[in-house]
Amino acid sequence: MSAVSTPERLVSLRNISKHFGEGTTRVDALRDVSLDVTPGQVVALLGPSGSGKTTLLNVIGCILEPSKGRMCLEGEKVYDNRWLRSDLRRLRLDKIGFIFQFHNLLPFLDATDNIAIVLELAGLGSKEANARAVELLEYLEVANRRAALPAKLSGGEAQRVAIARALANRPRIILADEPTAALDSARAGIVMDLLRKLASEQEAAIIAVTHDEKIFDRFDRIYELRDGRLDSGSDRPN
Amino acid sequence: MNLAYRDVRHNVGRFLLASVGLSLLMAVVLSMMGIYNGIVVDALAIVRAPQADVWVVESGTRGPFAEASRIPGDTREAIARLSGVTFAGSVTYQTVESEYRGGKIRLFVIGYELGRPGGPSEIVAGRAIGRSHYELVADRRSGLKLGDRIRLGRNVFNVVGHIENQVNSAGDPVVYITLLDAQKLQFELAPPAARIQVARGAVPEGLDTVNAVIARVLPTVKPSSVAEAARRWKHLAAMTQSEQENILTSSVVDKVRRQIGLFMGLLLVVSAVIIALIIYQMTMEKLKQIATLKLIGAPDRTIIGLIVQQALALGMIGWALGYVLVTNIKDYFPRRVVLEPENAFVLAAIIFVVCLLSSGLGVRAALRVDPATALGS
Repeated sequence: MSAVSTPERLVSLRNISKHFGEGTTRVDALRDVSLDVTPGQVVALLGPSGSGKTTLLNVIGCILEPSKGRMCLEGEKVYDNRWLRSDLRRLRLDKIGFIFQFHNLLPFLDATDNIAIVLELAGLGSKEANARAVELLEYLEVANRRAALPAKLSGGEAQRVAIARALANRPRIILADEPTAALDSARAGIVMDLLRKLASEQEAAIIAVTHDEKIFDRFDRIYELRDGRLDSGSDRPN
Repeated sequence: MNLAYRDVRHNVGRFLLASVGLSLLMAVVLSMMGIYNGIVVDALAIVRAPQADVWVVESGTRGPFAEASRIPGDTREAIARLSGVTFAGSVTYQTVESEYRGGKIRLFVIGYELGRPGGPSEIVAGRAIGRSHYELVADRRSGLKLGDRIRLGRNVFNVVGHIENQVNSAGDPVVYITLLDAQKLQFELAPPAARIQVARGAVPEGLDTVNAVIARVLPTVKPSSVAEAARRWKHLAAMTQSEQENILTSSVVDKVRRQIGLFMGLLLVVSAVIIALIIYQMTMEKLKQIATLKLIGAPDRTIIGLIVQQALALGMIGWALGYVLVTNIKDYFPRRVVLEPENAFVLAAIIFVVCLLSSGLGVRAALRVDPATALGS
């Protein structure tokens, strides 16, 4: 099977492997992982601790170099047994949004600036960046907290701001690492509904690592990793 | 968006505390510079006070400040007759310790001839010496008040006038007395010692000895040519005013300069280490935020800018506070502290470089952060 580079598949992985160490200390974190995620699709990565979920997320996020395989993001071939782009940070800035387990907002910036910083890094002017940040906060219904520092936000509010930051540059690939782990079940549901809405409205692909069984029904497809191998996935449980 | 400014604003108390700590170090460095300048200025003030062009001293010496010098008192007449010399005067210099108001007081006594070069240039209070004996004019730092009486040697002197900013290179305040009184003070033996000398059959030494003769020359005459002429007498040495000043700065205060220079160097090294530690600590506390910035696509220059700007701000605020502190307390130092603007600018430039170098440790740590550390807990 060859890596598909059509825009219909926002994320396309073929036979991605990643090992750490060599010889007796060698650990195969990922073994021949292939995965396709299409626009609007929300997928979950499950698996026990050490199964390779975070490694896979890091590989898709271009943070960790695989040992072999091929990878296309938004139709662009970015890895073919070696990185095909040198400016991986710019690639992340343009194509990928990250949502963390603990919002990871910069504590010295208020909600608006936490979003605006991403836009300014992408080259937008200060005024436009602020306007877009406020627009996103309104979209995520936290505009009333626009001037609040992260320390003054509730867990749910902070995670919404973090989602807004992830969406700031209109990336079509959103990677979420345990996005609801720090939230109670009600807020977790709200956040997942929001992510589904975003995936649908912005034709984005969302890949989330999660252990939270209460939100499994919010995913279109669920993949499980065991010992570095990805299963073929299953549709949303009813 | 300036991340360095936002981060400082968020932790302003802590940042200011670090800056204040650094400013104390800067204040010490600036004080050292000021003390050094003060020593040079004080040393030169004594040399410049008589407004001499030529100094004539004992042959083979570099007196009267760097070495002891004794020449006959009539040397002044010989020098005054040299072509181009307008005025000449004999002077003596000696340090005296005396009792004053129940305590000890050290004074640098200058003896001069009334009406000739060598006396105080400006009286700021009281009057100049008007009598041949037992009057003195003192620097205000001596603590002597107008009308006070103080014993110098075997005689008691009245304080009749005040001068300002005249101390010797050791910091002892200057007092002026007449040459006659100064010669007695310096060269006259105590009565018991004189009696012993007479008993031994030694010829009593005359008192008409001075430490140096100073001369002023016509504006059209080169002081070096007068000094050259004076050197023809084998028992005399002569130097121009600039040569005398060079002796003081390169010889008399040279060790002090080097000592203070070394101390300043050590302080700057300590400052660099402290700045580096503060910046490194500030960076280490932000590693997760830096990882997040890298993950969301911030280029290295944004992260380097964050650290370097904070290091520079820390250094410059520390420098500014230190400068303000020293300018406000410098008059309370026992020695004169002379802070020239160029000293402050030189230190600012040094601190700028130190901050840049010190932030290197933090930058190195920041650039090595794996963006993946932003993921997970």
